[in-house]
Amino acid sequence: MSMTMTQKILADHAGLDKVVAGQLINANLDMVLANDITGPVSINEFASNGFDKVFDKEKVSLVMDHFTPNKDIKSAEQCKQCRTFARKFDITNFYDVGNMGIEHALLPELGLVAPGELIIGADSHTCTYGALGAFSTGVGSTDVAAGMATGMAWFKVPSAIKFNIIGKLNKYISGKDVILHIIGMIGVDGALYKSMEFMGDGIENLTIDDRLCISNMAIEAGAKNGIFVVDDITKEYIKDKICRQVKAYFPDEDAEYDKTYDIDLSTIKSTVAFPHLPENTHDIDEIKAMEDINIDQVVIGSCTNGRLSDMKEAAEILKGKKLHRDVRGIIIPATQKIYKQCMHLGYTDIFIDAGCVVSTPTCGPCLGGHMGVLAGGESCVSTTNRNFVGRMGHVDSKVYLASPAIAAASAITGKISSPNQEVK
Amino acid sequence: MKAKGIVHKYGNNVDTDVIIPARYLNTQSHEELASHCMEDLDKDFVNKVSKGDVIVAGDNFGCGSSREHAPIAIKASGISCVIATTFARIFYRNSINIGLPILECKDASDAIDAGDTVEIDFDSGLITNITKNESYQALPFPEFIKEIIDKGGLLKSITGESK
Ligand code: SF4
Repeated sequence: MSMTMTQKILADHAGLDKVVAGQLINANLDMVLANDITGPVSINEFASNGFDKVFDKEKVSLVMDHFTPNKDIKSAEQCKQCRTFARKFDITNFYDVGNMGIEHALLPELGLVAPGELIIGADSHTCTYGALGAFSTGVGSTDVAAGMATGMAWFKVPSAIKFNIIGKLNKYISGKDVILHIIGMIGVDGALYKSMEFMGDGIENLTIDDRLCISNMAIEAGAKNGIFVVDDITKEYIKDKICRQVKAYFPDEDAEYDKTYDIDLSTIKSTVAFPHLPENTHDIDEIKAMEDINIDQVVIGSCTNGRLSDMKEAAEILKGKKLHRDVRGIIIPATQKIYKQCMHLGYTDIFIDAGCVVSTPTCGPCLGGHMGVLAGGESCVSTTNRNFVGRMGHVDSKVYLASPAIAAASAITGKISSPNQEVK
Repeated sequence: MKAKGIVHKYGNNVDTDVIIPARYLNTQSHEELASHCMEDLDKDFVNKVSKGDVIVAGDNFGCGSSREHAPIAIKASGISCVIATTFARIFYRNSINIGLPILECKDASDAIDAGDTVEIDFDSGLITNITKNESYQALPFPEFIKEIIDKGGLLKSITGESK
């Protein structure tokens, strides 16, 4: 029987010729990831079950990104616990304040994840690396403890939904609009337990940053993973990052998909997810017809949209402009490298001159942790990925998910706005 | 294995941010996590929950982040089982891995109301609504997963094997 991309990667890593949807397998892992929130839970489980070594010190990544630089004493203790563990087991890929970035921006940037690899992480947005043609998925801390000890994890082989991409994006439309459009269409459980597989002629018009953003939010449709076919753009991206042998997997021609959607990029408009679910989407034309939605804060950053192209888009729109007097602008490049690039390219000056703060990499406000927590009644346009009740602070605050272009334009007008209106 | 308790009922898409808000993720203490369980959805939950009680919900329970703190908080608050129409996949595997019994059953999720008393037989998957004198059949766990639960969670099942 034929297989999807995801099924082929799982079969190879389980040492099987083929797998079918629903089958339970044990598979070998190429990378196991945890952060400063989930890591300590994994470490406790690891220790209390008597494990005394990790399966491969090169294949464990620990990234201190959520509550760092430590927001309080408890967070400091959690990072300390990870640091001590990393030193004890000589973990190669331990990233602390000073060399860290938000995990899902950092691992691809450093070449720690590659096409065809199998990665688990105790963080739901681990699905991001599907952009490079890897199978990667979020798991819990116990899975990571077991993975660190044995190099293996159990999986139920998923069935898949195919997204056949055609066409080309219009100006100021990016990967964020594509994935919000898709989630609006299929719902937050539209791909529950399934793979989302992206292919078709149109993917050549999606940059790696677009793809990382799209795969990142596969979990917001309930998916197990969101994976792109490997092409020249992928190869170009990894060529100076990865020296090890990689393998690209393609779906069989007659691979079975539960459903196929055709997505024409040229028809996608700027899309915003309203509170309190990522599926509550409205496109910019619908929003223009509504009463103004006034906002108090804008956040541009996160593992979804904290990459260089996101910073560039925001900088182009904010150049020479001032934020609306009622809006606080918080800009967080996702890694140290991107942070430096923003300085060299003059983006940091543009942001600060416009009246924004520019922060060291951190998850911070994305999960209501620190660096921009919302008060009751406040609204925020954010380039992050979740807008659940209380996600960024007070239970009575509201989060609107959008692209960096929409976020930047809205910061200037003080209400949800399109960059096409703003940049003229 | 059986469980019996009073039902707390919730709707669709109950996410991990309302089960345990991220502002409390700087602790791993099970008791402390339990003391904030469901806080942003149902402020009274922690006051009204008793040991053995059952949560019944709709579609996609536990969607959102991978935080194992969510099933831990629910388990530590005394809940003996969560019944939902469907579960988000990371929440599903986390619950199994930490030993919080969960069952998917649309009939039960539709028919059971808040305050009903239910009894659950995990071996057969039978859910009995004592208040309404009805019963509903959930699919019992597959063998592979039953083994993990029987051995007391994923890590016990691994260390048990390697010994
Ligand atoms: S930026 Fe937000 S979604 Fe991404 S890893 Fe951090 S907390 Fe999670």
